[in-house]
Order: sequence, then C-alpha cells, then structure tokens
Amino acid sequence: MKKKVLAVVLSTSMLMAVLAGCGSAAAPAAAPAEEAAPAEEAAPAEEAPAEEAVEEEAPAEEAVAEEAAAEEGKVLNIYCWNEEFKTRLTDHYPGYEEVDATHGKIGDVDVVWNITPSTDNAYQNNLDEALLKQADAAADDKIDLFLVEADYALKYVDTEYTMPVADLGITADELANQYKYTQDIMTDSNGNLKGVSWQGCPGVLIYNREAATAVLGSDDPETVQEAVKDWDTFVATADAMKEGGYSIMSSVNDSYRVYSNNVSTPWVVDNKIVVDDNLKKWVDDAKALVDKGETGTWGLWSDDWSKGFYPDGKVFAYFGPAWLINFSMAADTEGSIANQGGWGAVEGPQGFFWGGTWIAAATGTDNPSLVADIMRQLTMNEQIMTDIVKADSDFVNNKPAMEAAAQDDAYAFPVLGGQNPLAMFCAGAEKIDLSNLSAYDQTCNEEFQNAMKNYFDGNYASYEEALDAFYKAVTEKHPELSY
Amino acid sequence: MEAKKHSKVVSYNKWGYIFLIPFFVVYLLFQFIPLVSTIWNSFFENYRSGLTQIGPNCVGRANYKTLFTNGDLLTYTKNTMIMWVIGFVPQIFFSLLLGAWFTDPSLRLKAQQFFKTVIYLPNLIMASAFSMLFFTLFADSGPVNSILVQAGILSEPFKFMANVTATRSLVGFMNFIMWFGNTTILLMAGMMGIDQSLFEAAEVDGATANQIFFRITLPLLRPILIYVLITSLIGGLQMFDVPQILTNGTGDPARSSMTLIMYLNRHLFSKNYGMGGALSVMLFIITGILSLIVFRFNSSSTKSKH
Repeated sequence: MKKKVLAVVLSTSMLMAVLAGCGSAAAPAAAPAEEAAPAEEAAPAEEAPAEEAVEEEAPAEEAVAEEAAAEEGKVLNIYCWNEEFKTRLTDHYPGYEEVDATHGKIGDVDVVWNITPSTDNAYQNNLDEALLKQADAAADDKIDLFLVEADYALKYVDTEYTMPVADLGITADELANQYKYTQDIMTDSNGNLKGVSWQGCPGVLIYNREAATAVLGSDDPETVQEAVKDWDTFVATADAMKEGGYSIMSSVNDSYRVYSNNVSTPWVVDNKIVVDDNLKKWVDDAKALVDKGETGTWGLWSDDWSKGFYPDGKVFAYFGPAWLINFSMAADTEGSIANQGGWGAVEGPQGFFWGGTWIAAATGTDNPSLVADIMRQLTMNEQIMTDIVKADSDFVNNKPAMEAAAQDDAYAFPVLGGQNPLAMFCAGAEKIDLSNLSAYDQTCNEEFQNAMKNYFDGNYASYEEALDAFYKAVTEKHPELSY
Repeated sequence: MEAKKHSKVVSYNKWGYIFLIPFFVVYLLFQFIPLVSTIWNSFFENYRSGLTQIGPNCVGRANYKTLFTNGDLLTYTKNTMIMWVIGFVPQIFFSLLLGAWFTDPSLRLKAQQFFKTVIYLPNLIMASAFSMLFFTLFADSGPVNSILVQAGILSEPFKFMANVTATRSLVGFMNFIMWFGNTTILLMAGMMGIDQSLFEAAEVDGATANQIFFRITLPLLRPILIYVLITSLIGGLQMFDVPQILTNGTGDPARSSMTLIMYLNRHLFSKNYGMGGALSVMLFIITGILSLIVFRFNSSSTKSKH
C-alpha cells in the first residue's frame, strides 16, 4: 500500500512538473496575445489613413502635434548600426541625456538604442524582423525611428513601413536647404519623402601628408592631385609609392566605391544581376596593383585595413567621405595620423559618394512629434548643423550653410592639418547621381568584393570563375534573382 | 481481495508508462515535430525577399533537384569531411596515448588530476571566442606573421586565410585542441573498465608495453572507440562555429572551408525554409548512412573475431 501511495505521489509530482512547465510557458504566451489584440485593431486604423488620405491627415496631425507630445509614448526605440548617430544625438540634440551605452533620456521619454552591426546584412535582417512584427508589438516596443544607408535605402522607401515625413508635419519649405540628391533617394514612387539625412557624403581622396612629402616631394594638395588625377597616373604613382616604402592604398577595396559609383546600370535590372563594365575595370586595375604588391586585399574595417590609420601602417591614401575621416580613422587615438592632423584631402581620380545615413520614421510609431523634432533639429536646424561641422568635421546636408562655410577658415578640419575641404565636398555633392542604386547594393557590393578578393589572392584561376562564385553567393541570399 | 491484487499489478505497469510520459512529450515536441516539419518544408518554395514573403508554394522535389544539380552538396560534404579528418586523426592519436599513460599504474605519473584538468580546459572556451582568437593571431599582419617575419623564417607575411591548406588546417587544429581532452577522458573511462588481471597476466607472460596496448587495450576498448568515432563524426558533420567565425561566414578561400551547416546558414539568410529543409534532410540521411557504416564496420569485425 505504501508503495502504491509513493508511486502515486511520485508520478503525480512528475506530471505536475511537466504540466507546470507547460503552464508557466503558456501564461506569458497568452499575455502578449491579449496585449496584441488591441494593437492589431489599432494598427489598421492607423495605417489606413496613412495610405489613403495622406494629405488630409497631415495638417490635422500637425495641429495636434504639440498637444499630443505630452500624451505620446514614453519609450523611443531607435534602430541603427553604429555609434555615429548616437554621438550626434548626444552631443547636439538639446535635452538628450545619456544614461548608459544603450539608453538615454529626452525629457521624460526613455530612449532605447538597438544597435546591430551592418556587416553581412545583419542590421537589415534584424530590422526586417522587427518591422514585420511592428503592427503586433506593444506601443512601447514599436520601432519609432530607424536609420538606413544608401546601399539599401530603396528597400524601405517604397514600403508602408516608413512614414512620409509630411505626415510628421515637416513641410517642403523646411527641407529647402537640403541637397536634392539626399531627398531623391528617399522619395517613393508616389512622390512622398520618407526620410531625411543630416549629412552629405561626397567622397575625396584622403592622403597621408608624410608619404606625399617623402615620395612626391610636397604635401601640397595641388601636387598630390596632379599625381592622382586619373587612373593611369594613379597607377604610376603607386609604383613610386612602392619604391618609397608605401602602399598606394590600404586595400584594393578602398578604390572600389570610386569605380562602383561611376557605373551606367544598377546592380539588378528586372531581377537580373548585371555587372557593369566599370566594375570589370576595377577588377583589372586592382589585380594589377595586387600582383605588383602595391596594395593589400583585406576587407574594409578589418584590423589589417585600419593599420594605415597610424604612421607605421605606411599607407598613402584612403578614399572616403567626411564621416570616414572623422568617425572611422581613429582621430581620438593618441599617435594616429588623424590625431596629429597628418591627412590631406584632394578630389582624386573620379568623384564618388559613400554611405550616408538617413533618418526614417517607422509606421506605427507612438512618438511622432519627438521623431519629427529629432529630424528638424539634426537635419534642418542650421545652428546645430554648423556645430556638427565644427565639432565633428562632418559635411552636413545644408547647401547654403556649407557653401558659406567653404569660404570660412574657421571650418578647417583639424584631422586634415588645418585644410578646409568643404569646397571640395560642396562641388562633389552637386555631382552625386543616385539613379543607379538598387535595393540589393549591400549584398552585391559585399559579395563582389569578396569573390574578387579570392581572385586577387589567386584562389580563383580566372575572372569568370570568380564571377560565378559571386553570382552563386548573391542568389543564395536572394533566391528571386537570376543571372 | 482478488480483484484488488489484480488491480495492483496492472496499476504498477501503468506507473511505468506514466514515468515515461515526460520523455515522450519532450521527444515529440523538440525532436519529432521539428523533424517532420523540416521534411514537409523541404517540398516548398518559401523564402523572404527583403520585406516581402514569397511562398509557401508547393514545388515538389525542385529544391532537391537544385541541391544536386549545382554540385554544392558534394563539395561542402567533402570540405566538412576533410576538415573533420584533419582534426580527428591527431585527436584520437593523442587521446589514446594520453589515456594509456594516465591509466598505466606502473608509470606512477605525478599530478595526474592537474594535467587531466589542463587538457580538458580548451573545451571550456567558447568555440567562437577561440576562433576569433585564431583569426586575430593568424591575420595577415597578426602576431604569428610578425614573429615569423622577424625571426627571418619568412621574407614577407604569409596569408593564412588566403591559402586553402592553411585555412583547413587551422580549422582542424582548433577542433583537435578543443576536443582531445574530452576524448581522452572518455577513453580513460573505457581503459579503466578493463579487468586489471588481464594486464597482469600479460605482464607475467612477458608481453611488452606495445603488445599489451595493441593486443589487450585496443580490442577491449572497441565499444568506447565506436562511441567516440560516431559522436565525433556527427559532431564533425555539424561543424559550424569554428570555420564560420574564422572565415567571416564566407567559407573562403574560394569556399574551400565552407561546411554543410555554413551552407545551410547561408540559406537561412533569406529565411529560405525550402532549400534549408532540403539540405537538412540530406544532412540527416548522410549522418545516418555514415553512422551505419561505422557501426557495421566495427560490429561485424568483432563478431568474426569471436
């Protein structure tokens, strides 16, 4: 009898444990379902007017915006891929207080940063996951604001996941000073502007003054520009640099953007992958440089690549826009070239752009007026924007202010040894043409560089073989594409 | 009374089944249902392009066809097996050697516990951290290259990550370092389970240490060896984190260090459940076949000897 009782007790306790496991798992599972229900009901209600009656909604919302601010959500969720925007917000947005690495406060609103590195599309995948759940998420968990880069901006622009800035109450007049290309890229097929940027990203050739003096005889921008004015002289200079113990650039991938921005077709046309002639030219030029041992093949952002930020790296030049000089080249680190103001800037062989960060409001945000204010302050407030130029050596998206600053020695970049490159950037920004962008640019650029790296290193016998590997890698990631 | 007795017997049987319920619930939820749904998924076109979901559309065996016609499956199986062998051969060699030394009472090894702990330690490091460490150590301008160049062994840095053999060997070496301690412990357990009187009898008969090892230890260790071989083989087929981190997910140079699971991971990039499912099913079949071969090979030779 005792045994039986024991058996009953043991087996029931075991079953209880199993069921309890299910029970406790079921309870929280049920809770979000309940929460989600009103959210789901609310979502279509929000989306419907946004899609159908954009113009009618906008003025109404504008009027309510200020009153509504008090009633808006208490959590502002920001999705981005690095610290750049966070630094801008911390340093320049009035009233932003930093709490810790991933949290901040604006007034009584908590700012939550969700930072995912962009390599291998990790940022996009994470963002997509969250955006697809946006409608069902609790108000405080909804994405309010996210950043996109030129390489994949198109993917988000023509979807309902981004809000037209007009719906946030931002008028065309306020946007008048911005460079037109920064708005073209973020305008959807119905003509709605979906995001704004505080920066312009025309690129320049950033050269090491020490190397220029040693090899070219002078670090004067005019002498240097003469030595890199087109790709043939660039290659000739590379030979001279090798003699002098310098690499012309850190990696072949440095010049990639300069070629890939001067293409005549986008990467993908009608779901078919197209490799432009200019990219083939990059492969040929780069292969020649690598074979002569005049540059490396490592990926951008790797440790090997950034060795050239220091004098011992012996690198003559990097290609990049203003944010590269300031944000990436270890300007804060003692002993780096940037820290000593040892870089100079010239236009280089061809104009190009690189990156650029746009602020987009996520549909369904519960903080529309705060998001609008962040956009206004960072991308339209001339005072704040010129502060950014002075403090962070960035090139900002305000045409009149930049053109004025280009003439003003007060805006000289310390990292460039007192040179003021803004005139160069102004000229470059006018020429930027984004008509050959596609939504697949990040995947294509990354995979193309990677496949060609293997070719440069001799692991693929021919260009054709490397090209096949590139096609294979892209179609794995995007099965809808063909070649 | 009789009825009561009868019910007692029956109810005890019942308890047995009740005690088995947790296992079956867990197995059903976490093993069986995923297995069936993987096979089910492999017959569909089902992936996400950006923010648009495509499918699921039933496409029959199209996924399997793609998998076989582009030849990737074979290449990546070969890569995986090569890297597994590179790691497994030194692993089993050193494990047997260390196991034999540790279990041999006549050697009177000092500080055994200390060394047993030390050889097991690499296994405690996260594979990805270990891989990251090697990635930095063997970078083009990393410390290993600096030492080799400064010592005059190389005239210019060797690109480890751009050389097929070097990359595969690094992966194999890392797996060897991480797992030989674990295997040593398993083999030691097996060796200590062998009747001591057999060793003593052999010694009395004048057998040498080598003879004892090859004629007594190894044959009697067979069950444990089979176990080690099969678990290591299955673990090897699932090799992922070490090469993934070392090559930054590309399987470079020229995809020669891309393993089957890394390939699977690339399909999951676009949430391609169809291709991912088909590949998983193939992986399941390959694992099954290889395990059967190993098992057959070992058990039949045992039979023929007795």
